[in-house]
Amino acid sequence: MSCLGSWKEMPIATLIPEPGNSVKYKTGSWRAGFKPVIDHSKCVKCLMCWIYCPEPAIVRKEDDSVEINYDYCKGCGICAKVCPRGAIQMVPER
Amino acid sequence: MGKRLGLTGNEAVAYAVKQADVDVIAAYPITPQTVIVERLSEYVANGELDAAFVPVESEHSALSTVVGAAATGARVFTATCSQGLALMWEILYIASALRLPIVMSIAARALSAPINIHCDYSDVMGTRDAGWITLFAENVQEAYDNIVQAFRIAEDPEVLLPVMCVHDGFILSHCLEVVEVLEDEQVRNFLPRRDRPNVLDPSKPITLGPVGLPDSYMEFKRQQDEAMKVAYRKVKEVGKLFGELSGRYYDVVHAFGVEDADVVAVCMGSAAGTTRYVARKLREKGLKVGVLKIRMFRPFPKNEVRELLKGAKLVIAMDRATSLGGAGHPLQMELATTFYTWRQKPLIMSVVYGLGGRDLTPMDIERMFNIALEYAKKGEVPEEALWLGLRE
Amino acid sequence: MTLIEVRWHGRGGQGVVTASELLANAAIFEGKYAQHFPEFGPERAGAPVRAYTRISDEPIELHTGIYEPDIVVVIDPTLLVNMDILLSGLKRGGVFVINISEPPSELKERCKELGAKLYYVDATKIALEIFKRPFFNTPMLGALLKATGIVKLESVHEAVKRRFKPEIAELNIKAISRAFEEVRSA
Repeated sequence: MSCLGSWKEMPIATLIPEPGNSVKYKTGSWRAGFKPVIDHSKCVKCLMCWIYCPEPAIVRKEDDSVEINYDYCKGCGICAKVCPRGAIQMVPER
Repeated sequence: MGKRLGLTGNEAVAYAVKQADVDVIAAYPITPQTVIVERLSEYVANGELDAAFVPVESEHSALSTVVGAAATGARVFTATCSQGLALMWEILYIASALRLPIVMSIAARALSAPINIHCDYSDVMGTRDAGWITLFAENVQEAYDNIVQAFRIAEDPEVLLPVMCVHDGFILSHCLEVVEVLEDEQVRNFLPRRDRPNVLDPSKPITLGPVGLPDSYMEFKRQQDEAMKVAYRKVKEVGKLFGELSGRYYDVVHAFGVEDADVVAVCMGSAAGTTRYVARKLREKGLKVGVLKIRMFRPFPKNEVRELLKGAKLVIAMDRATSLGGAGHPLQMELATTFYTWRQKPLIMSVVYGLGGRDLTPMDIERMFNIALEYAKKGEVPEEALWLGLRE
Repeated sequence: MTLIEVRWHGRGGQGVVTASELLANAAIFEGKYAQHFPEFGPERAGAPVRAYTRISDEPIELHTGIYEPDIVVVIDPTLLVNMDILLSGLKRGGVFVINISEPPSELKERCKELGAKLYYVDATKIALEIFKRPFFNTPMLGALLKATGIVKLESVHEAVKRRFKPEIAELNIKAISRAFEEVRSA
């Protein structure tokens, strides 16, 4: 059953009145078997992964180092593909 | 009493839109609607109307532009017909589903091929499931009056649906008649500016038009269906209020001679007057015929149709469009459904007329009534539609 | 007066549609009901064009072509090559008004057969003298008024003043008045 309730209770006009509520949608549950893992010793802070991540689930820190937010990472593997230093590996999720 | 002016249907529509003080107009010219757009661009250019006039590159863009403008809370207008309306098709459904009170004028025109610029309802009938309130005008006065009422209906907080106001291409769009217009002040008071909830506003962000997958799509459609039911009531209410203002009262249908009629012709648009003219003459000769004009095609006025036609032996469904290969033609199918789901079931005879602007003459109508009276006597109707004025 | 139906014949560019529109507006100024509609089709300069006017004391319900006019007005004499088209459907006792210096005897006979009254005026001459251009429409409106009294001359003047700029309106009023004076019955 949907959490939206009866048609009489739903807001009309196909609209979502609450702004920014997509953060509640944890798309990280979509990952099918593999997740990216960063080897920080190889990372040169080029930020290619941060640019290419379609979600964006790569979090850029103040010193330009990066981390992966697994709540939203769908495991597409683009970050691993574009990393010029091979610092990101797709590894099985146990 | 307002001023009496000689206006064509298109001029009357543009005049009403100006008085409605719209904020945004986006339209693309197409015969026979062009004069509406020309007049409005003049009104904007000469300062009579303070609106943004967006000269778009196609009808698809025209409707998209007014969808966007309406979503910000603006009062908007567009106009088209025929191929232009066909090009708007996908946006029609978006406009109604986003519950935007857009008013659109249609100078009804046949669809190609063959290329034809004249009146029939093949364009409008193509939109009948698109979720738009649809009003037909019989004459130029009604074309003016419908536009004024349309803004009030569309913007009603319980409705919030787009309205399509149809006037027959050339037959009304280019026909000059007496129009009694309201004062600007009267129209503005009749169409108060209301704050609409949930409009696009950067200071209060919302999402409009996201995906609605299987877990929500049906609920949104059920809401639209409910809004149409409310619209049914509201069109009647606004018709009464407009009558109090202008002296011209409107209902969703208009009946002539149906009380004692064996045969009633059901029709829309400019055909209603000509058909009534013939019915009046036949009634003077003692023939029991009547006319029911459908002013509101969407939502379809089932209750009035049932009530007013309950005494008729035979109902003529006069269609100015075809549903090729269908179980019947558009109006015929509406009537058949209206009666099949009710206790009483008059015979329904299908008549196709006026395609591509073929003139509906009083002689044709008289012939139609005579044929229908014969069938009413026999208690049966032909399987196939009678194509009026067709060369056999 | 109940319902009067007028059919106008001319050629694209001669103002046949404007003449019909002015007549309808003049009737509206008098508090009557009127309808004006051009023959619908692609407008081309020089091609035969028709326009229609209905005038009534009561609201007009009809929205159909005019097949049996009470009055026919012919703005361009060269259309006489198709006399049948011009006379088509004209009611017995109807009125036929044409722009011509002298109506041919065949037209006179045909009108007599139909029991129609024939009026004529040289609107070409009037137009070329007043406008220096072939606008035969407003002079023919003047001729129609004199022949039928369908609306008052002043009402048409009013319609003309609302339709045109003052200097153009003045010329048209002059042309209408002259044709009103010069129209003759055959």
